Amino acid sequence: MNAKIQPGENQPGRTAWQGDFVRRDRAWHPPAYTPGYKTSVLRSPNCALISLEQGPAEKTGPRFARSMLHEFDNDLTINYARATGSGGEAIGERIIVHGRVTDEYGRPVPETLIEVWQANAGGRYRHVKDGYMAPLDPNFGGCGRVITDAEGRYFFRTIKPGAYPWPNNGSDWRPAHIHFSIFGEAFAQRLVSQLYFEGDPLIPLCPIVNTIPDKRAIDSLVARLDMGEMRPFDCLAYRLDIVLRGRQQTFFENLTEGM
Amino acid sequence: MPVEYRKETPSQTAGPYVHIGTVPVACGIAMRQNERLDSIDAPGPRIVIEGLVLDGSGAPVKDAMIELWQADAQGRVGEHGLWGRAVADFKDGRFFFHTVRPGTLPWRAGRMQAPHLTLTIFARGINIHLHTRVYFPEDAAAQAEDPALNRIEQVERRKTLIAERLGDGQYRHVIRLQGDRETVFFDM
Ligand SMILES: [Fe+3]
Repeated sequence: MNAKIQPGENQPGRTAWQGDFVRRDRAWHPPAYTPGYKTSVLRSPNCALISLEQGPAEKTGPRFARSMLHEFDNDLTINYARATGSGGEAIGERIIVHGRVTDEYGRPVPETLIEVWQANAGGRYRHVKDGYMAPLDPNFGGCGRVITDAEGRYFFRTIKPGAYPWPNNGSDWRPAHIHFSIFGEAFAQRLVSQLYFEGDPLIPLCPIVNTIPDKRAIDSLVARLDMGEMRPFDCLAYRLDIVLRGRQQTFFENLTEGM
Repeated sequence: MPVEYRKETPSQTAGPYVHIGTVPVACGIAMRQNERLDSIDAPGPRIVIEGLVLDGSGAPVKDAMIELWQADAQGRVGEHGLWGRAVADFKDGRFFFHTVRPGTLPWRAGRMQAPHLTLTIFARGINIHLHTRVYFPEDAAAQAEDPALNRIEQVERRKTLIAERLGDGQYRHVIRLQGDRETVFFDM
């Protein structure tokens, strides 16, 4: 059976042909070539990117229906054990991560897919290529996803990931982080990044964090402790708001039917 | 006072474990086992693209995750657009998309674009995903008018976006991240 994700499901009346997206501020994002992060040296293009206007394919993108989600996709404390049938719960500090997705103009980005992946409480990934000595947690997969609501809000429950070492300048250490991928309403908004945790002393030491040149940009990836959303006797909460490229208004563009 | 804007959330590399969150079965996680994202079911002529990403030393990038976004066989995007995701083989770096041949697509101001696939590349060492295109060798006439290809000033570099034909509906395409014959990447 192909349980294929169907782009375009549940999307009547999409405003696909509105204005262009604001150009990416490439000085705010990390550049391709960042020698402090050694792997980037051979994986960074030397030639300048070719600037191109946005066409219909860039101004639309895949849409994902709620119907594709499984019941516990946004609860990483139990979703792996449910999938494997063991029924247990992950070990670690229980947390809620939540926030709002908007564009650069502050408009909510509703009904968009966010995927997350992370190491377990000991800093080990459930991945055939991760050989770190910290043990696997039999009840933790580290894989989750959620679709934002009508106001662009999202939340998931997980355990706080551990820091882990990686070979770069000898043994560098990654701060605790959760990887995330988000689609937005159009291909031009596609974004993959990482969420960090307030107060982690490893953040300023990390060569991957430091591929981002501007301290304020780094700060925007640090989730804040949110005692207002903590669940008493259950879990702490952290909040990270995510901003995708803004869509400009359409003033004089002819909207071609069926394009 | 100028109008205030929020800044876009900055990108970070997808890292070597990108598969966990995007194609969990690829790295040995028994979740979402029914999703076959590299095989797109849509009406139209079937094609297979065999792809390979090479780094600046010519070595295959074996931990890449590649996404596809394309028009359907009638050249429609939006809700008719087709999306897919493939994973480079951990041993040799090759990836495959089984899809349909896209139609000719509209561009801005009534112009048209030659049939093509859009690919985005995510991997360890890539700080922000790379955006490229794949055109087909049979469409030279449409490509001569294509707005994206014509934007590439160095005519020789346009060839980096044309797939190699292996047979009927079968293509191979090599993406070079760096160096000699570096693939063209776009900023849209
Ligand atoms: Fe990581």
